[in-house]
Amino acid sequence: MASLIARLITRKNESVIKAQLPPFIVNFFKAVTLPSIGILIFLLFWTVGANNIDTSLGKFPGPSQVMTQVGNLFNEHVESREKEAAFYERQENRNQARLAKDPMYKPKTRAYTGKETFIDQIITSLITVLSGFVVAAIVAIPLGIAIGLSKSLNTAINPIIQIFKPVSPLAWLPLVTMVVSAVYTSTDPMFAKSFIVSMITVTLCCIWPMVINTSVGVASLNSDWVNVSKVLRLSAFTHIQKIVLPASVPAIFTGMRLSLGIAWMVLIAAEMLAQNPGLGKFVWDEFQNGSSESLSRIMTAVIVIGLIGFLLDRTMMQLQRILSWDKNSEVR
Amino acid sequence: MTVKNELLLDISNIDMVFPTPKGDFTALKGVDLKINKGEFISLIGHSGCGKSTVLNVVAGLYQATSGGVILAGKEVNEPGPERAVVFQNHSLLPWLTTYQNVELAVKQVFAKTKSAAEMKDWIEYNLKLVHMDHAMHKRPDEISGGMKQRVGIARALAMQPEVLLMDEPFGALDALTRAHMQDSLMEIQDELNNTVIMITHDVDEAVLLSDRIVMMTNGPAATIGEILDVNLERPRSRLELAKDTQYNQYRSEVLTFLYEKQRKV
Repeated sequence: MASLIARLITRKNESVIKAQLPPFIVNFFKAVTLPSIGILIFLLFWTVGANNIDTSLGKFPGPSQVMTQVGNLFNEHVESREKEAAFYERQENRNQARLAKDPMYKPKTRAYTGKETFIDQIITSLITVLSGFVVAAIVAIPLGIAIGLSKSLNTAINPIIQIFKPVSPLAWLPLVTMVVSAVYTSTDPMFAKSFIVSMITVTLCCIWPMVINTSVGVASLNSDWVNVSKVLRLSAFTHIQKIVLPASVPAIFTGMRLSLGIAWMVLIAAEMLAQNPGLGKFVWDEFQNGSSESLSRIMTAVIVIGLIGFLLDRTMMQLQRILSWDKNSEVR
Repeated sequence: MTVKNELLLDISNIDMVFPTPKGDFTALKGVDLKINKGEFISLIGHSGCGKSTVLNVVAGLYQATSGGVILAGKEVNEPGPERAVVFQNHSLLPWLTTYQNVELAVKQVFAKTKSAAEMKDWIEYNLKLVHMDHAMHKRPDEISGGMKQRVGIARALAMQPEVLLMDEPFGALDALTRAHMQDSLMEIQDELNNTVIMITHDVDEAVLLSDRIVMMTNGPAATIGEILDVNLERPRSRLELAKDTQYNQYRSEVLTFLYEKQRKV
């Protein structure tokens, strides 16, 4: 009897607590507090772990060193921009002065050649990954649709895809570098060679997941929708535009999200390997530099790379939410 | 009853053989049926007897191995909007609203003959006909199964087909919704007087809706077993018919065919 009363009381108390807590507080707790606890525990382990690792470049960087470096890297960027502005101002003044003395003088303008800052490298890497991704999408989605629609084409192309899919794009890198050097020989190039090389590497690794997912999406088209299209006598073009494309949007997005994630990882490695401008080069340069600050700067880059990768994925997810009709498909 | 004796559709001695890895499978053997304009025909039979195959041949989705289908003097050899199909699973395109689903069909059929404003009116008219004008801008996943099937019917009607083919249109619905849909369909039939071929395995549905019930034997090599003329006054009311001796007579004839003569073992 006593236990029954006790149980009733506790149950009553629980419901009272629940009633007192409005749902937004419960949601806030779930959405903010729990991840915060996770991050705090991680930071704790990181600090303790870092303090116990001694390397030839000093102690492994902990969170506080990384925070300092974030400030440093940002200030370096601001300083570099000021230097650049000052350089151009000096050059302009000098040219004006010579022009005043000698009206026949043709002024020379030279570009500023300072070292790229951390933020420049971030922007370079982002532009590279996005252009490589877009080029891959332009090639892969039509190809995927064609393969999905035609069984014979699929049978013909599938072995090639299956063989090239598992190849790390880094293995292509030397070939791409040499071919670009040989083929891309404009005197006034629109893009830097290093950019083209990195971009093609990204494209090579993006293409396969996109082709495969698109073709699977197209091939598994609901047969009822195909019959609707037949009964309406839709032309091949209208059939693709009105039925095939919208129907495979969810699959296409799955492929795009997968490939963008892989592309970001591969790009950093490619930049390290090829010494092409970007975050990978930043990491490698710092490693070669070997100052007492190098490790903390690399650790900062690691975290920034992670954050950008996360943001890229979230952006794709939001795009998928907006553009895909299939709101039920689990979006994670 | 109006006299309906203008021949519209001639299903002429159809055989259907499907090649399988284990050899040929004869699904249909000598299916022969003439349908007049404005007739409502039900195809009834046990599952697997080839009802859908008959419908698909008429729709042009399958090609008969021998024999053929002639619609209004022309041989059928490919699908087309003059033989609109209402599929069992509504088959609406989930990324389009109900309006857009009907619009796709209307634009395809009437792009050359109707103006944009006329097409809009026609789409709205058809959605109103199936009582779906209140949900014109909803997507299929926002409406119930019965509503989806209504839109599927509106889409088919909007093509103004010479013959409307329905493949177990209400098979996936619960009994109450199904009854409601049958009443709606009869209402629409009173207004438009379409020629309809409907597949069903519901005896009550067949007797209630049809002018003739075509009963199919069990496969393989299924064919038409018996044809029952249903001479009941229209408009028909399910409540009154429930007590009607003639209605119950028709019902028992179909039941006898299905469960005595063509008993499934």
